[in-house]
Amino acid sequence: MSRDWFGCTAHEISDALRSGAVTAREVAQSCLDRIDAVDGRVQAYVEVWRDEALRQADAADARIQAGTAGPLTGVPVSLKDVLCTQTGATTCCSRILEGYRSPFDATVVRRLQEAGAVFLGKVNMDEFAMGSTTENSARQVTRNPWDLERVPGGSSGGSAASVAADETAISIGSDTGGSIRQPAAFCGCVGMKPTYGRVSRYGLVAFASSLDQIGPLAKDVRDCATTLNVICGRDPHDSTSADVPVPDFTEALTGDVGDLRIGLPRECFTEDLSDVVRGPVIQAARTLEDRGATLVDVDLPLLRYAVATYYIICTAEASANLARFDGVRYGYRDPDAKNVQDMYVLSKSRGFGPEVQRRIVLGTYVLSSGYYDAYYLKAQRVRRLIRDDYARAFASCDAILMPVTPSPAYRLGEMLDDPLQMYLADIYTIGVNLAGLPAISVPCGKSSAGLPIGMQLVGKAFDEATILRAAHAYELHAGIALGRPALAG
Amino acid sequence: MKEIARSDVEYVAALAQLKLDDAAADRLVGELGEILAYMDLLNELDTEGVEPMMHALEVTNVYRDDVTAPSLPREAALQNAPRTDGAYFLVPRILDQE
Repeated sequence: MSRDWFGCTAHEISDALRSGAVTAREVAQSCLDRIDAVDGRVQAYVEVWRDEALRQADAADARIQAGTAGPLTGVPVSLKDVLCTQTGATTCCSRILEGYRSPFDATVVRRLQEAGAVFLGKVNMDEFAMGSTTENSARQVTRNPWDLERVPGGSSGGSAASVAADETAISIGSDTGGSIRQPAAFCGCVGMKPTYGRVSRYGLVAFASSLDQIGPLAKDVRDCATTLNVICGRDPHDSTSADVPVPDFTEALTGDVGDLRIGLPRECFTEDLSDVVRGPVIQAARTLEDRGATLVDVDLPLLRYAVATYYIICTAEASANLARFDGVRYGYRDPDAKNVQDMYVLSKSRGFGPEVQRRIVLGTYVLSSGYYDAYYLKAQRVRRLIRDDYARAFASCDAILMPVTPSPAYRLGEMLDDPLQMYLADIYTIGVNLAGLPAISVPCGKSSAGLPIGMQLVGKAFDEATILRAAHAYELHAGIALGRPALAG
Repeated sequence: MKEIARSDVEYVAALAQLKLDDAAADRLVGELGEILAYMDLLNELDTEGVEPMMHALEVTNVYRDDVTAPSLPREAALQNAPRTDGAYFLVPRILDQE
């Protein structure tokens, strides 16, 4: 049987591997060939691990033969360049980490490896995960597979593009303010940010530590659930990883939503939302209603304060986290430095790109003496009010359904000169990070120009199962066929 | 638009150990002014008596047993250093010579 294995979901691949229809080596080779065929145009990968992938695939085949394979054994995975890997370099797509080779693997990487996943390589991102277009990468500009003149979103743009262009089955990204869900929406794939604390961040290069979370991007909801089963759980190496039981998330995929109350926040469907997004998102809610779910109106009155709150807190934390890149122990050290002070200043100033420097300056400003109370402390107080907002909404519903983005994917360069405009477009995704909640982005349609549109389901803390159930039921019954990107010339 | 002076930007950049070139400093004066003015939106909210939320999980300190365990070997810890003598990280001179 000959198939384009590169285009298959993880569960299709896993079934075929176990039935003997294909070997993991053939699947890996199929993906590597696909990367050769399309990545010159998409530019999702910053590093392709050909030999390593085939070695891992052979090991996976041995496990399948031995009958010790799990659902991800032999499944191709790409990794956002923010995850520490002993294989290859770990650069966060920043000049300051050019050539950095991690002496250890991130916990998620180790867990996936133990599950038998086959790593195809590292994928592009906005430098240090700061951005919404992946154009802030110091490496290359990744294109949206649906329209090569548009951005894939960000910061996990390489992850989303590699899944959408069928250059991998699954990708692992990170989400500080929407960096998994927004590119998933722009590229027509499923992206999930688990509850804060669900997934160990050991080996995730930190951007904003009270917000960062690792999660999967995949071709469907089932593959997200399967990946979560592998990557979730307490890790002694990350004291913020929660000691909460991890259920088998695939058991939630029953197709039944008859008992669910889905909340629609009034504030999300105002005139700020383009009609092109509103239509499919409302239609998605109707689909769930048709399957028996109850739609209820809810309020998130503080939604309009989320962007300001988020960009104070995330830049403050970033300015502290990125202080470690001082040219002493690793990373770029400027050769012109004559003394130690020069070494710090020149290495940072020539090593960090413009958006990272902008955020460090902003974060340092809001933490500086005289402004700390007015900005940082104020934002932390509002953060609590925002979290309370979600808690109130969840008193009358089991999941919240809302848009992911105000519009489909931007043209390349469209957002580059207007940082505030770019920040404002994060309005629907960042509240979830501030409140620490799980959320999933699922494709729900296409614009007339053929660009994918996503809808978002937000759950209660540690209740990924409910939003996976709703997302899966939607996927099952919506009858949305996005098709595949044409990837013409 | 919030009034941010160029000297403010340069002062904060220096705190962050960043040296901005003229064009970057000029651009940041405008951008920071615009962004900070937008953030003043939060002043609409009365947050009197609201406890600041430092973290998404209300966790307290996590302790572990005080036992030694293997840590990163010295060689691995030094492998990415721009300069090392095999035992220490080397940096340029800290104090000026007489």
